[in-house]
Amino acid sequence: MELILSAGIGALAASGVYLLLRPRTYQVIIGLSLLSYAVNLFIFSMGRLRVNAPPVLDPGGAGDLWRYTDPVPQALVLTAIVIGFAMTALFLVVLLASRGFTGTDHVDGREPPRGD
Amino acid sequence: MTDWLHHLLILPVLLPLAVAAVLIPIDERERTMKGAIGFASTLVVFIVTMILMRLAAAGEGSLPAGGVYQLGNWPAPFGIVLVLDRLSALMLCLASGLALAAQVYSMARWHTAGHHFHSLFQLLVAGLNGAFLTGDLFNLFVFFEMMLAASYGLLLHGSGPLRVKAGLHYVAINLAASSLFLIGVSLIYGATGTLSMADLATKLATLAPESRRLVETGAAVLGVAFLVKAGMWPLSFWLPAAYAAATPPVAAVSAILTKVGIYVILRLHMLVFGTAAGASAGFGQEWLLTGGMLTIAFGTIGVLASQAMGRLAAYSVLVSSGTLLAAIGLGRPEMLAGALLYLVSSTLTIAAFFLLIELVERGRDAGADVLAVTMEAYGDFDDDEEEEEVGVAIPGTMAILGLCFCLCAILLSGLPPLSGFIAKFALLRGLFDLPEANPASAISAADWIYVALVILSGLAAMIAMNRVGIRTFWASIEGTIPRVVVIEITPVAVLLAACIFLSFQARPAMRYMQATADDLLAPLVLSERVLSAPRAGGE
Repeated sequence: MELILSAGIGALAASGVYLLLRPRTYQVIIGLSLLSYAVNLFIFSMGRLRVNAPPVLDPGGAGDLWRYTDPVPQALVLTAIVIGFAMTALFLVVLLASRGFTGTDHVDGREPPRGD
Repeated sequence: MTDWLHHLLILPVLLPLAVAAVLIPIDERERTMKGAIGFASTLVVFIVTMILMRLAAAGEGSLPAGGVYQLGNWPAPFGIVLVLDRLSALMLCLASGLALAAQVYSMARWHTAGHHFHSLFQLLVAGLNGAFLTGDLFNLFVFFEMMLAASYGLLLHGSGPLRVKAGLHYVAINLAASSLFLIGVSLIYGATGTLSMADLATKLATLAPESRRLVETGAAVLGVAFLVKAGMWPLSFWLPAAYAAATPPVAAVSAILTKVGIYVILRLHMLVFGTAAGASAGFGQEWLLTGGMLTIAFGTIGVLASQAMGRLAAYSVLVSSGTLLAAIGLGRPEMLAGALLYLVSSTLTIAAFFLLIELVERGRDAGADVLAVTMEAYGDFDDDEEEEEVGVAIPGTMAILGLCFCLCAILLSGLPPLSGFIAKFALLRGLFDLPEANPASAISAADWIYVALVILSGLAAMIAMNRVGIRTFWASIEGTIPRVVVIEITPVAVLLAACIFLSFQARPAMRYMQATADDLLAPLVLSERVLSAPRAGGE
């Protein structure tokens, strides 16, 4: 499972970075989204991977720590997802405004001379 | 009484947050009222931060509950805390003072350029104050994002193709940096199991070597995120365009945004990788030093190369950042106090300069810069025009603007007698102030390069300011006098007056900075204070 998760994070991050460096604003926003997925999974994995372990104490259950998974990264991931989502929405607005002003979706607001 | 004082600590975050929410539903046509409410809020925050700074200056004993505010009334490693010490009090005061000046300035005309200016502004203030106060890494991320989100809105305030283009780059780069921030924070959590800065400082010394490597990696990734914000050289290409495109009040508060990056680096560097960190002490120092020096060099070249004043100011931000980063990187305890004074002085100066630029440039049309460049390249070709202007007295407005400009030039280049000089002098004096007990720590080549760079950057600022000043005030191509309202020139004057005050009161100021530096050099004292703070309401 560790292998799958790390490969997944790696693939997401790599494609995110690649797209982030592309010249079109749409590619940039998809790149940022992929990157934030990778980061969210990464935060999640920092609480160590456990299967079938609840993050909160169940009433009446035994208080042994080994029965539970670390709840903090899950809380962090939730916050990160919300903030990341809001930022993506904000970026989308800026992207559309830029498109409206310049008539092109190039990040520099003008087409490169060779007509890429 | 103590209870009341205790809650003052959260006010700089809560009040702007609440006011921002209140301002949103009010109709945009009631701008004056919105402005007045926003101004009142910022003013209260400023007064509160002044009180907090006075308390912090008197020492930990006079601070309610040792300057620790437990948000959920849970003690430190488990709950999130706000921590006030001399450094955070200083930054709070600086930030809210700047915000106050920028807000007054914006009420003359700039807040009419778009919607919800005052709400965004209050959110920015809340985020800034939160970032300075928090004692928890993840909480820092939240406040950081709050501040950034507001700054995106403010940077785009006024719209226009230029701003949207600069804004697009700014948002993209900061979103990528936020991802790095999260990776760094989670790596540190994964390796140490804590997010509390105080707890981290105590845990690092006893960490297993393999975990230590992870923490260092996390800190490096985290550092990159802050260095993007602070504008260290290879990460700073977005900054000049964004700051030059922002509306003047926004550019003025942006002067403190780069200092947030510096603050966090200074805080974490001293707290986590300070003397108590065992094998990790001084981690990343050489990177800060090299990067800082390259930033000074890049900023200096930029200052010399810029034709427009906005870009000149933006590159001055880089020079200031570089000087501070390299000073942290040199790792000389004696330099810290000077560096802190430099931080305050340069931030105030650059903010005043950003506000001043628009007033000065109002009298010139957009083509003037291009024309001026042509004139420089091909020599003066309008001698006949000059004769017509003979006998026109410099009007009052121009005289005041010119005086402010002169002060900015003196402060930016670090000439005596103003605080820019005192700060740089204190900084460099710390460098040569060798501890007698340890003669082995001779002045190295890096130190000499740093001295040379700091002095050269001052010279470059002087040259650039002279050139721009002569072109603007003496050789103005067309004679339109800018119409300047009192509430626009007052903030500039007040910020500059603060610098002058800092020059005359340099002794008490330096004493405060020295006490702050001493605090920073004893990180475990702060950790101990945070971790042992009692819960409110007994126990």
